[in-house]
Amino acid sequence: MTETSWTRKDLLALEDLSKEEIELILKTAESFKEVSAREVKKVPALRGKSIANLFFEASTRTRTSFEVAAKRLSADTINFSSSGSSTSKGESLSDTAKNIEAMQVDTIVMRHSSSGSAEYLSKVVKAGVINAGDGIHEHPTQGLLDIFTIKEKKKNITGLKVCLIGDILHSRVARSNIWGLTKLGAKVTVCGPPTLIPRGIEKLGVSVEYDVDKAIKDQDVLNILRIQLERQAGAFFPSIREYAAEYGISVDRMKKAKSDVIIMHPGPINRGVELAAEVADGANSVILEQVTNGIAVRMAVLFLTTMVER
Amino acid sequence: MKILIKNGHVVDPKNNIDQPMDVLIEDQKIKKVAKSISDKADKEIDAKGKIVCPGLIDLHVHFRQPGYEYKETVETGLRAAVKGGFTGVCPMPNTNPISDRRSDMEFLVGEAKRLNLVRVWPVGAVTLKQEGKELTEFGELKKGGAVALSDDGRPITDSNILRRALEYSKKFDLVIMVHCQDEGLFCGGCMNEGFISTKLGLPGIPVEAESVEVARDIQLADLTGGRLHFCHISSKKSLDLIRHAKANGSRVTAETCPHYFHLTDESILHYNTYAKMNPPLRTAEDVKAIKEALSDGTIDTIATDHAPHSENEKSVEFDKAPFGIIGLETSLALSLGMVEEKVLSLNDLVRKMSLVPAEILKIDRGHLSEGAWADVTVFDPKTEWTVEKDKFESKSKNSPFLGWKMKGRATEVICEGRIVLKEGQIEC
Repeated sequence: MTETSWTRKDLLALEDLSKEEIELILKTAESFKEVSAREVKKVPALRGKSIANLFFEASTRTRTSFEVAAKRLSADTINFSSSGSSTSKGESLSDTAKNIEAMQVDTIVMRHSSSGSAEYLSKVVKAGVINAGDGIHEHPTQGLLDIFTIKEKKKNITGLKVCLIGDILHSRVARSNIWGLTKLGAKVTVCGPPTLIPRGIEKLGVSVEYDVDKAIKDQDVLNILRIQLERQAGAFFPSIREYAAEYGISVDRMKKAKSDVIIMHPGPINRGVELAAEVADGANSVILEQVTNGIAVRMAVLFLTTMVER
Repeated sequence: MKILIKNGHVVDPKNNIDQPMDVLIEDQKIKKVAKSISDKADKEIDAKGKIVCPGLIDLHVHFRQPGYEYKETVETGLRAAVKGGFTGVCPMPNTNPISDRRSDMEFLVGEAKRLNLVRVWPVGAVTLKQEGKELTEFGELKKGGAVALSDDGRPITDSNILRRALEYSKKFDLVIMVHCQDEGLFCGGCMNEGFISTKLGLPGIPVEAESVEVARDIQLADLTGGRLHFCHISSKKSLDLIRHAKANGSRVTAETCPHYFHLTDESILHYNTYAKMNPPLRTAEDVKAIKEALSDGTIDTIATDHAPHSENEKSVEFDKAPFGIIGLETSLALSLGMVEEKVLSLNDLVRKMSLVPAEILKIDRGHLSEGAWADVTVFDPKTEWTVEKDKFESKSKNSPFLGWKMKGRATEVICEGRIVLKEGQIEC
């Protein structure tokens, strides 16, 4: 597959992509990664293009990452966040997006609390739509940057054992990882309290394990998901304390994992809950590299989608 | 005034008629049903190749008036009913304000009378403001024209309130129509819980949110001896319970809706808000069970749960869209699909859409006996047509069947001796 064969103006979900399309993004990201290491961190690839960041949910990392990625490609960026914008005045998503589009924006990067909102948006605007997280559905660029990081560390994805640990039910990161990794031939296990494993998940081609001590053995990658503290109120688990004891990746627990296992986390980390500080900052951790790679992957995605003929 | 319907095939389950016959109507009543009637009539309808049956009754619709006239009014709702082949419908009381007083019933009946289309038999609320706390005045509601009571749209969470409602309703012989939904299990869900909800990342509603309350309500029907009717049953688990209850002599009846025997939760893929309703579309296994229950009589009647919503309300993020779809204008064709699939005989279908709802509501309709009200539906079971947005009489267009090729359509509707639909066109 060559670069010219990229045909999508939108990136909505990794479910939609073929293995070749994922590989193309990864390859494009590799070439962009070098840009961020230069003294002058900028290329003119998207000069004259406008990219809007439309964030209806609080986000620091993802929004900043997209903004940096767009700027390193020389695109103009516009930031909209929900507080203080028209949505708090009752404007519909469709109207908000059409107004932004009317400002001749080429690509809209959106985060929204409703699953399916990115797909919905792509149907109502002509601009490209990049899903920066839609409800608990998908977070495709996070999935891509996770895969990019795994590939960097482990070279080959095929046959690799990857375990996602935590709140699988409410995790868009988990869904995107599952789609992407299984398409590339990894063996994926999901591990978490039975209350947080969604029904029918095994039909996506993953194994389910409730016991984290069993789950982490022989894994090449542990991707630890953030546990949302408010889930306790939904009776998904009794206490943060017990969650940490049963599922937290502690120094002790790490002894059961392979010595070369890599530890990933999409952030922000609840230190001492799902992940011990020593592990997060330890030798196996690639968490900050994920952040660095996020820029390259988002540059690739913005470049490929924005350059598609409309 | 005499109307003669000639050359049709009459299906009248109550009178065991299922053969070519003519129907003579005089004034507002059925004069006779016989072979080759040669009486001179003021109007003659040639029903060659068509089915002539008792007027169809839909005991579960939402007309949104008062309060949500932008979705539907009694007028647009009744026009949709006429187009769909119905001679009578039962609007649910979840209007704004809630239809929980005698005057609300009188308003609906009066509107129908003024519009002079087909009959409205209103359903009053079981509890004030449908809050599930205090009973409405059943006697007054009945005097105002209510034929049933329901808090549809909401479950009656307090078992004791439902118990009292079922007991008290016996004095008035009013059926209580229940919307089964365990609020705890429902838990803010917006589609069936299963693989599809997992894939789409949408909060799921387990089948048990319905069946747990079905189980409870059967117990309460048995305890009280009141008449209980299950609205919009969607799942195999609920049907298994209802089948068992009926075998044990419980006084319960059940309805389903065409979408539950034609669609599964896969219709929601790509976040199709026109496939969002409550209870939600289930799985292929449930669809199969619904067909079996239609066939073996566990399901007594087919209703539409006609639930209009404006395009603005449905054109939003999936989780923000309201539940409900329209159904009056597609119900007959979709139900005829069950005859085509040999799930039901034509006779059974007509029974489930006319006689049975009349019996549940205790209204003397749904048959063509001599002297009965002349409510008659004539439909062509072979006409093919496509569901198109712009062709709906309903004010709202929220149908998951848009673009579907349909077979079968009402051509004439006669309500109390007035021709309101003629050759597929509404007559006023």
